[in-house]
Amino acid sequence: MYGNAYIDPNEKANSIVAGEDPEKLAEFEARISKGEKIEPKDWMPQEYRKQLIRMIEQHAHSEIIGALPEGTWITRAPGFQRKLALMAKVQDEVGHAQLLYSAAETLGKSREAMINDLITGKSKYSNVFNYPAFEWADACIIAWLIDAGAIINQVANAKGSYGPYCRALDRICTEESFHLKYGHDAVVTLATGTPYQRKMVQDALTRWWPPIMHFFGPSDKISQHTEILMKWKVKMASNDDMRQQYLNMYVPKIWDLGLTLPDPNLKKNEETGKWDYTEPDWEEFKRVINGDGPCNAERLAVRRNAEERGRWVREALKTADTKYIVPLA
Amino acid sequence: MIKSLDPRITRAEIELTNTIAPLEENDQWETYEVFHQKKRGDQHMHVGIVHAANPEMALLFAKEQYGRRGQSVNIWVVKTREVYTTDYEDSDIFDTVPEKMFREAGGYKVMEKINKYKKEHKI
Repeated sequence: MYGNAYIDPNEKANSIVAGEDPEKLAEFEARISKGEKIEPKDWMPQEYRKQLIRMIEQHAHSEIIGALPEGTWITRAPGFQRKLALMAKVQDEVGHAQLLYSAAETLGKSREAMINDLITGKSKYSNVFNYPAFEWADACIIAWLIDAGAIINQVANAKGSYGPYCRALDRICTEESFHLKYGHDAVVTLATGTPYQRKMVQDALTRWWPPIMHFFGPSDKISQHTEILMKWKVKMASNDDMRQQYLNMYVPKIWDLGLTLPDPNLKKNEETGKWDYTEPDWEEFKRVINGDGPCNAERLAVRRNAEERGRWVREALKTADTKYIVPLA
Repeated sequence: MIKSLDPRITRAEIELTNTIAPLEENDQWETYEVFHQKKRGDQHMHVGIVHAANPEMALLFAKEQYGRRGQSVNIWVVKTREVYTTDYEDSDIFDTVPEKMFREAGGYKVMEKINKYKKEHKI
């Protein structure tokens, strides 16, 4: 699972390629437009490196932190089968973080630096994971509908230009297909169950709909920043386009179960072929991503605690000749 | 102490406002490049890296991270710092030049000769 890397559409975009060697830049862009992959030791513009590090790192953090809301229900999963499946899923997510940290490292930021930036709150992760999983049904909604969003994002990004990221995403997407099926099955089980189970899943869906609408990030169509990132195949689709794709794929499936969504304006516009919806509350999005959400403090405290309590083990295993160099690919 | 929706977290007695010293260099050890073989008879292929304190741990992590869905029968790991590589910048060293056609199948065209011979000797 994953969230979209948050790129502020109002960021100054003027200096993106300032100071870059124009000849090398042209060669780099030609290579990308031919569909070639960029590899770690190739020349790349500074901004390309910076944005990729930020994006892949945020993606990795999201996998790690996403394991927390979902893991909330491992001890109380309804039945052994569900418990095994949820444990496998959460373990997958942590594995995805490992793959993604590795890909980001090839760009020159050490894993220690990335972990430090996460636990001090300097780096972001997907905003949805700052919300709690109140009930078992919340964990089911996450597994189906958050993972569904993640897959749309990841399938798009897997066609990007940076080789190590694409390869990690290919592997991740294979595993995500199990998550989606598992999540759908868990939601359908509740939705076709007793009136109480239906109420549980409806309540969870109502709670999660606003964060789901936030998932792909604010509208970014007007940004020059987005334009160049799309040209460099760092970003493969605009936030709005991905949100439309998501609504198109999943709203009918949700309605098919007789569940309702808490947005009276949500409907497909037959003329434009696009979905109309109430504009999500982007002020809340900004507030939560900047630290003031229901679970931000807990998520990071738990993460710090894990690093701290595992530190002596890592120390004990360290040998005198340990010598880190940037991984190859 | 955190009172979490997750009983495991509540039990761990974690301070909400805890602070820790930053991770130092080499805290996450070093990296090993991982090669896996999907099935017997295939070649081993590079799939990525793991961080590990020793080769045994690297093999264990490699199995967890790259062999999770029954896609491997065998794994190799080697320390990243012990791999020697060429540079992409030098990839012209692999270019084939036209005068080396003598080592290509396409460098040998016999039909013309045969047809010419047949025509001359009315075969």
